[in-house]
Amino acid sequence: MRHNFSAWGRGELEWSLPVLRLSIEMKTKTALSAKKNIEFREVSFHINDILKRLIVSGVSLEVPEGETVVLLGRSGSGKTTLLKLINGMLLPTEGEVLIQGRSTRDWDLTRLRRGIGYVIQDAGLFPHYTVAENVALVPNLERWDAARTAARVQEMLQLVGLDPGEFENRHPRELSGGQRQRVGVARALAADPPILLMDEPFGALDPVIRAELQGEFSALARRLGKTIVFVTHDLREALLLASRIVLLEAGRIVANATPQEFLRLDHPEVRAFRSSLNAMPGAPA
Amino acid sequence: MSGWIFFTEHRDEILSATLDHLTLVVIAMVIAILIGVPLGMLIVQRPALRTIALGVASIFQTIPSLALFGFLIPIPFIGGIGKRTAIVALVLYALLPILRNTYVGLTGIDPAVLEAAEAMGMTPAQILFRVRFPLALAVILAGVRTATIITIGVATIAAAIGAGGLGTFIFRGVALVSDALILAGAIPAALLALLADFLLGLLERRLKVT
Repeated sequence: MRHNFSAWGRGELEWSLPVLRLSIEMKTKTALSAKKNIEFREVSFHINDILKRLIVSGVSLEVPEGETVVLLGRSGSGKTTLLKLINGMLLPTEGEVLIQGRSTRDWDLTRLRRGIGYVIQDAGLFPHYTVAENVALVPNLERWDAARTAARVQEMLQLVGLDPGEFENRHPRELSGGQRQRVGVARALAADPPILLMDEPFGALDPVIRAELQGEFSALARRLGKTIVFVTHDLREALLLASRIVLLEAGRIVANATPQEFLRLDHPEVRAFRSSLNAMPGAPA
Repeated sequence: MSGWIFFTEHRDEILSATLDHLTLVVIAMVIAILIGVPLGMLIVQRPALRTIALGVASIFQTIPSLALFGFLIPIPFIGGIGKRTAIVALVLYALLPILRNTYVGLTGIDPAVLEAAEAMGMTPAQILFRVRFPLALAVILAGVRTATIITIGVATIAAAIGAGGLGTFIFRGVALVSDALILAGAIPAALLALLADFLLGLLERRLKVT
């Protein structure tokens, strides 16, 4: 698969400024200008079974606009749960999650989700839709006119490094894992949502393709200026992408730091993750 | 070769009985699909209804067909002697495979696809009609195919309550100990079943999304 770093960004600058300005004008009512885009206030979540298992407890976290916050943690630490609390796939048992100043309990969840891009590990592309139809999903739900949607699909595919002419009419089964994940990113960005949630988006890819997509995505993320919450268990990925790393252990936040600070923190779980870096032959300590 | 001579001599009768048979099957299948598919969609959303609906449909399936026809005769409106009663019984038989496959098809979808659909802001109705239903279509059709083959077979027994069709030859043949008469009913019924299986199988493969 041929690619280059600038492919993610090519075409992006041409549309992003006017479109972004337009979307700000249109959405002033929904307080897009709020500095804290996502805020967790003493959030707990437990599964409502007999055991009342706590998945997340007492989490307070602010994600300022335009930042890329990486939620880092082992399996079962509650990272994905936090992500799903942001777009209302889960509602907190206690506390509040505020999106642009409004609690997810008060949002119309359909509206909220259409303003939040979502990328998951298996991409979750619709197998009965072509690549173009998958990317056009949210614009179509939002009833954009056909010409605007078609133009947007072209832009998005170019943005993620896929040639529209070659790929738009393919079905997901005719793509490689890396290509599927690129389409997943294009679909998430298509309606220009101010927030992007990513749940181990590169986790299922082979190491070479993963590194390639991580590199391209980190360049893209800087260019787009979106508020991104990114879930991973891979410290190297976190260091590459994050403006802040939030470390979770058993449903609690145990560290919240910039990547530079994070490496110097003295906490057992931080050390455990750091040693996962050192375990790599040839990796810097 | 007396069988072959019988076939050629009674060609028109056999043909018209085959058409009668086909009519019974088609009417019963259309009704069964119109009930089974929406009901299957409903029980995906309502877990409480699921056990009841699948349970009742399974019970109908376990009643021997001749007995079911017999039970229906005394029931007012839907009962009596003739085609109407037969269609009711055939619908009850066809319901289970259609209902179950609709349910299985709608629920057996890649969870990542459903998660993405929900997270993208699709409403439950949009998820049902634009994602679940198209992806379940091949599985639903497999249920329709099974139901059709069952119905073609069971419909031969409908002749016992005066519904006509190919069963007429079979019952007459049994009474008269005539192999030729039995075969005159059984062979066209078997051919119908094979043909339906083949055609619906073709359609099923075309609708399959991998």
